[in-house]
Amino acid sequence: MSGDCLLRAENIGFEARGVALLRGVSFEVRAGRRLVILGPNGAGKSLLLRICHGLIAPSQGRVVRAGEGVRAARQAMVFQRPVMLRRSVRANLDHALALQGLSGPDRKARCEAALERFGLMPLAGRGARLLSGGEQQRLALARAWATRPDLLILDEPTSALDPASTRLIEDSLLQFSAEGMALVMTTHDLGQARRLGEEVIFLDRGQILETTPAPAFFSAPVSREARGYLAGELLW
Amino acid sequence: MSDTAIITAFSLIAEADPALVQVIGLSLRVSLSAIVLACLIALPLGAALALSRFPGRGGVIVICNALMGLPPVVAGLLIYLLLSRSGPLGSLELLFTPAAMIAAQTVLVVPIILSLTRSMIEELWGEYEEQLRSLGSGRLRAVPTLLWDGRVGLLTGILAGFGRASAEVGAVLIVGGNIAGHTRTMTTAITLETNRGNLAMAVALGIILLSIVLGLNALAFGLTQWSRRRMG
Repeated sequence: MSGDCLLRAENIGFEARGVALLRGVSFEVRAGRRLVILGPNGAGKSLLLRICHGLIAPSQGRVVRAGEGVRAARQAMVFQRPVMLRRSVRANLDHALALQGLSGPDRKARCEAALERFGLMPLAGRGARLLSGGEQQRLALARAWATRPDLLILDEPTSALDPASTRLIEDSLLQFSAEGMALVMTTHDLGQARRLGEEVIFLDRGQILETTPAPAFFSAPVSREARGYLAGELLW
Repeated sequence: MSDTAIITAFSLIAEADPALVQVIGLSLRVSLSAIVLACLIALPLGAALALSRFPGRGGVIVICNALMGLPPVVAGLLIYLLLSRSGPLGSLELLFTPAAMIAAQTVLVVPIILSLTRSMIEELWGEYEEQLRSLGSGRLRAVPTLLWDGRVGLLTGILAGFGRASAEVGAVLIVGGNIAGHTRTMTTAITLETNRGNLAMAVALGIILLSIVLGLNALAFGLTQWSRRRMG
């Protein structure tokens, strides 16, 4: 694996009940880069992200991560609908850090930093499940950030949010990227893909049809499916 | 006659009649001990059953659920057979002691707490699994998280268990023997005093028993409401 590669998917395939949901998917995620995976519903985007994060084992191929043991690249994942524990905002952050094996003082320091950074300090004592959708997703992002990942995986993180909340999340993601964190995300929001993507993977029916720099993808998509997708055609 | 009994019952309660207090104290000690024991057994077992997969798991769940309706006299009989002189645990000489009553009530309550824990943890795991695994938690490490997050529902189940333990009469009668000052609980005392025609004492004990069950349920309801308001 090359020096700045954090994650490499090698010929990933996944089958369920005899149906191939992913076929021969290979790509690399390099340090500090922002990769957007686009494609219609059912293309296999969310499944691919879960396989990359180790939540689902692929039927074929493998996912290789940089480093080993304590030097392994750290990953975190943010879901479309974040699941919050039935605890306060602060306790949700603390719990995530406890699972990383951090000591009490370290957890406290990181909790405070996360609350401060994401503007959650006034909500620290509130029940996390009582927050609005935008606030919960901000907390999900704070929870992921607090674990100091080298790579952050996001599955349609703003699909249920209003424009103001979306803007806050996107600003945070750009800041993460500026700080050197690699991002891999899926979205159906093409504007968001343009704003955040440096590279684009276009996935259709479980196969990668294009892997290309974002400007090239949006200006001159190669495949008929990608052209149709960008044009908003109902091809599927 | 019944009016007199009720008035006398209230005066027994107001005066904190020593016989009454002794019976209530023993009943609470036995039932609370049984609940603590049952929790120590049923909470981890319920969580393990919720998170593990093995052949025959469905059958185990069905048996646990069915045992929630275990007739108290059957539980009492089982403990009696175990603790009687010719039984496998006869040498412990526990029959007709509060320890035997605790064992009987524990047998009655374990299936209730276990089944409720299993069902609640399974539901919570379904909701939390992806998130917890994404944070690096496996099934085993998730158990304390799930038990804590299900605490309000579990508490309700534990209180239901306490209600069953403190209200049952058959099992403690068989293994305790209803010995005055030694193994006489509220329920066995109510049975005895009613048969004797001492309705005042029976009514007084009934009022106390009902108050305890009502108080506990009010507490469970209040805690549930408070928790929902505070944590969602």
